[in-house]
Amino acid sequence: MIDAGQRDGGAFGLALLLTLSAVTLALAVAVAAAIGDYSISLRTVFLAVTNRLGLSTAEIPRIEESVVWDLRLSRALVAALAGAGLAISGAILQALLRNALAEPFVLGVSAGASTGAVAVIVLGLGGGALSLPLGAFGGAFAAFALVALLSNGATSGPNHTILAGVAASQLFNALTSYIVTTSGNAQQARDVMFWLLGSFGGVRWPDFQLLLVVIIVCFGICIYMARALDAFTFGDEDAAALGIPVARIRLVMFAVTALLTATIVSMVGAIGFVGLVVPHAARYVIGPLHLRLIPACAVTGAVFMVSADIVSRVIVAQQTIPIGVVTALVGVPFFAIILYRARPQS
Amino acid sequence: MSIVAENLVWGVRRRAIVSDVSLAVAPGETLGLIGPNGSGKSSLLRLLAGLRRPDSGQVSVLGQDVSKVSRRALSRQVAFVQQNAATDTNVSVLDVVRLGRTPHRSALSGWTAEDQAAVTTALDRVDMSARKAQAWQTLSGGERQRVHIARALAQTPRVLFLDEPTNHLDIHHQIEILRLVRDLDLTSVVALHDLNLAAMFCDRIVVLNGGRVIASGAPADVITVPLLREVFRIEAGISTSPFHSRPHIHFMTG
Repeated sequence: MIDAGQRDGGAFGLALLLTLSAVTLALAVAVAAAIGDYSISLRTVFLAVTNRLGLSTAEIPRIEESVVWDLRLSRALVAALAGAGLAISGAILQALLRNALAEPFVLGVSAGASTGAVAVIVLGLGGGALSLPLGAFGGAFAAFALVALLSNGATSGPNHTILAGVAASQLFNALTSYIVTTSGNAQQARDVMFWLLGSFGGVRWPDFQLLLVVIIVCFGICIYMARALDAFTFGDEDAAALGIPVARIRLVMFAVTALLTATIVSMVGAIGFVGLVVPHAARYVIGPLHLRLIPACAVTGAVFMVSADIVSRVIVAQQTIPIGVVTALVGVPFFAIILYRARPQS
Repeated sequence: MSIVAENLVWGVRRRAIVSDVSLAVAPGETLGLIGPNGSGKSSLLRLLAGLRRPDSGQVSVLGQDVSKVSRRALSRQVAFVQQNAATDTNVSVLDVVRLGRTPHRSALSGWTAEDQAAVTTALDRVDMSARKAQAWQTLSGGERQRVHIARALAQTPRVLFLDEPTNHLDIHHQIEILRLVRDLDLTSVVALHDLNLAAMFCDRIVVLNGGRVIASGAPADVITVPLLREVFRIEAGISTSPFHSRPHIHFMTG
């Protein structure tokens, strides 16, 4: 039967994409661990990892092993997870809001995170007990709560929710600017802005572990909800007619994307473009069904982000470009090709 | 009775849209809902399909109170076709019809022979089997409506609700869609604007005005000159068609 053939074709395509992406991801992570101001051979990277995992006892310089394991590998893996999480969030929000321009920050999460960050850094909220990531996470969730409130617990329909997100973003951006201009000094403001553009500089293993748990939980929920997300193709009422408890699913899924995004933003800043572009690219290759799209987004987003991190470290010698700048610079030409190839045939 | 509605009341804020509507639909019957714009046709249809909750009154479908059945259980027996449901997503005809199996599948279950049979039958029923691989975006209005009906049929429902399924279609496609609905072995409730088509294809007609049922019965009993004047504010003459022996309305120009 043709139907079965088509389905197998899709499954085969997904298996191929996942395998290719996994190999590419492993390579990209290895390269990310090898390059830098202090260049390390790929062989040493491999041995350093197996040493630390207790799989080998190779004689390699302690300093190289430490650089690979303690600094670069954790950074690369956090980048991979962050890319995966942002891409998944983008895919879900594009489906639920039925808007091609939806991305992880559409619910005001990044604006809220920046307000939370400046409240901690500039105002000294929490008297030193709160770290920047905690402040950012709190701000992000405050913004999401406001959006949920403004859109009646996400029952008011896509456009209403998007407008609520715009309003929350404006409010929190204004609060950030107000705090920075009235009480901050220039250096603190610059720190916050730089942080917000995105950087994997400070991340270590505990960040990876936390993010891994969050991603696994959220990924599981998304896969479980994948069929329900498909039912939103023709809108909320149509999904309801197909037996989907629309209001509950929307609220749960919005909360999942907010949790993913807030965790990532509070760790590495608001890295744009990944959550917008990767879902479109993945959909173009793998089709719109979420049971395939979500895993595809996860691996593609991971590869994209690790690659972007490598580029950010090598493009200018002795200097790291903010990751958000790179994702846009690398992503836009790539996206342009997809837009061109997917243009409506007249 | 397949569908029984008792004293349905529904409104937005203080404005009543549906006031005290009661009706019953027999198994296999095709019921037409007619009435002027804003008469409450679409709202009543959604109340009957369980997509909205009435402020008071109750609806039972196939003997079950719809407010007490889960959305999922209800949608295995009741399908709803919206008017002009659209999407920007790049889906194929087959993808759309397969969505109709959503209420029958659990979150991670595979695609069963039963699912496949339902989809194949539904595509055949609307004569779209040969075009199942075609992209949704490339279909004409009539074809899209047929695919929506196929998706509803893939739910294997026993009751079908359609909200102005012939809107924006040319006359050939209007007749094609209504003939399809009439010939289905289902209980169906169709909101319609075209009075002549309603008279031709429906077993029974319910006339709504201002959220109330003004008349209900066989087309020949319901469609009368005084009713058209009162409800639709038009002058018309009515004759029995020599071709299909249903009432035919002749609208007066002046």
